[in-house]
Amino acid sequence: MIFAEPRVPADVFARVAGWRVEPEGLCRGDRCVPFRADDGVVDLAAAAAALSMPLVHDRAHGLWALGAEAGGRALTSANAPELELPDFRGGSFRLSSLRGTKVLLVAWASW
Amino acid sequence: MWQDLRTELRQRGLEIVTVALDARGAETAGPWIAKAAPEHPSLIDEAHVMDALFGVVNVPSGIWIDEEGIIVRPPEPAHPRRPAYLDRAVPSDASPTERERIELVKSLHVEAERYVAALRDWVAHGRDSSYALSPDDVVRRSRPRPIGEATAAAHFALGQALHTRGAQSAAVEHFREAHRLQPTNWTYRRDAWSLAGADRELVYRTSWVDEVKREGVENYYPRLEL
Repeated sequence: MIFAEPRVPADVFARVAGWRVEPEGLCRGDRCVPFRADDGVVDLAAAAAALSMPLVHDRAHGLWALGAEAGGRALTSANAPELELPDFRGGSFRLSSLRGTKVLLVAWASW
Repeated sequence: MWQDLRTELRQRGLEIVTVALDARGAETAGPWIAKAAPEHPSLIDEAHVMDALFGVVNVPSGIWIDEEGIIVRPPEPAHPRRPAYLDRAVPSDASPTERERIELVKSLHVEAERYVAALRDWVAHGRDSSYALSPDDVVRRSRPRPIGEATAAAHFALGQALHTRGAQSAAVEHFREAHRLQPTNWTYRRDAWSLAGADRELVYRTSWVDEVKREGVENYYPRLEL
């Protein structure tokens, strides 16, 4: 989850981090964390604190990266998180498009 | 690699989705995918989102998700068949280093038959399958996520982003930090090493053999808890 600014518009944050700004706070699926985004702008440090995610800043290259949610287990619930990735031809894919079907999700690599 | 199982199980209600954890994306994963000609979704994950979201630390790993979007098995080693490397003979002219590497690879613990049998059972019986875990067990069996491992994900993503921008030495620093913070994440290690090419052992001052021995070969592919 890479950002080029320390404060980003809510729609950019939602696209990169997967958390939407809602009146209840930052929401992903049916889970919400208290948060306020002034003027539709998300302050990364504040969001990182709200979401228990480390924020790493590479000053030399002007990049910020949010890590994974810390403190508990890798899966905070059995509800599958939304996974949005390109397919190998560049098309878009959302895991939720397969609701109604059993899914075996396999991680592999060419290396 | 997964297409045969997909052909067998698709009509019984299973879809397979493969995700390539390749920092160079379709450039390196694409030819393998094209050769396999899969009918299932074949995704590219340059920044290893799978690690951050699900707790994947090695490949191949499989995650089972039911019709309602509920995970019923968290990431675990997932081999569709016995890999050829387990039966590879050590060439008589192999150097001591090469011999050690091949023998270590051959000693990896792989349980393809048990895994595929469990998968077939779940596809046939759904929630009534003894292999479908409760939500509490899924969370409990997923990896612990201390602050160091959570931070490793940020450093790996920065390394991947900087590598893509051509800032190789800065990328290596972030990859090294990811490895230090989460030494048992083999996807972070092996992908970064592959980016360094033939210089990998010079750049990272270690090797796959050294690291597997350090972490314990039995932990590389842990035994399936079926």
